[in-house]
Amino acid sequence: MHSDSAEVKKSIRTYMMIGLALLAFTGITVAANQFHFGVPVAVAVALIIATMKGSMVASVFMHLSHEKKWVYGALILTVLGFLILMTVPSFTNADSIGQPVPAIGGAPAGGHSGH
Amino acid sequence: MNIPYTVEERPDTGLTNGKLGIWLFLASEVMLFGALFSTYIILRTGAPEWPHGELNILLGAINTVILITSSVTMVMAWASLKLKDWAKHRLYLIATFVLAGVFLVNKYFEYKDHFDKGEGPWHSTFTAIYFTLTGLHGLHILGGMIVMLYLIGPGARLWKKNPDQFANRIEATGLYWHFVDLVWIFLFPVLYLL
Repeated sequence: MHSDSAEVKKSIRTYMMIGLALLAFTGITVAANQFHFGVPVAVAVALIIATMKGSMVASVFMHLSHEKKWVYGALILTVLGFLILMTVPSFTNADSIGQPVPAIGGAPAGGHSGH
Repeated sequence: MNIPYTVEERPDTGLTNGKLGIWLFLASEVMLFGALFSTYIILRTGAPEWPHGELNILLGAINTVILITSSVTMVMAWASLKLKDWAKHRLYLIATFVLAGVFLVNKYFEYKDHFDKGEGPWHSTFTAIYFTLTGLHGLHILGGMIVMLYLIGPGARLWKKNPDQFANRIEATGLYWHFVDLVWIFLFPVLYLL
């Protein structure tokens, strides 16, 4: 963290610019929603803009662009944990417990073949 | 007994204990909200249909603008302290507190509208996850306001006794506040727009 007065004075301009950029991106997010894209495109656009906004808050307002390695270390571990949490839904979707197992030829095992 | 490394940085981490502490706390917060976001994905992908347009986008967008503005005023409160401008620091910190209050008032009207229509958390899977995520976020806003109120009121006396320690407290509060803003930046599109 830079605490030197001259550096802080210089940073104030950056804080204002980032604040304005965040407001502009909010406007873009709402405007993009009016276009009624398909669900995958809408999700991608909204999450890409949100990620850009989040990165600006973290790197500039939270000063992550110039932090100590212990902070980065803690955050890398957090990101790993977060990614595991985000993959849990895909495990749930892949879970076939309770589903009928398809027999060879495509018909569910134990089902009546109709003959 | 005094708590060590409140102002000077620890030689091994290069950080004050308070700063490392707030980052570890924020890491645990990422996991808390991450678990709820993960739950949201499971509920949404597993639902045969998902309501769209149930929430007031204008009110959500206004609240986003309010929180972003409060993040700017918070970082300016810290920068003003570093420039030894106490009056500006007070102004920015009070502005942050007021903006947080306005956010909660907006949220109250939003919640009231849902409850008036009988759409409480019990109404559907969507309202259940909506109230859980925004309710937890709202509690974080309230927590931040309590800390800010302390720093505006009795906690401000520390500035005269130990200005560096007070600046570190403002910095830690700011880090927490920016995190709360960051969570909302993701909550707004996920709940209101998608």
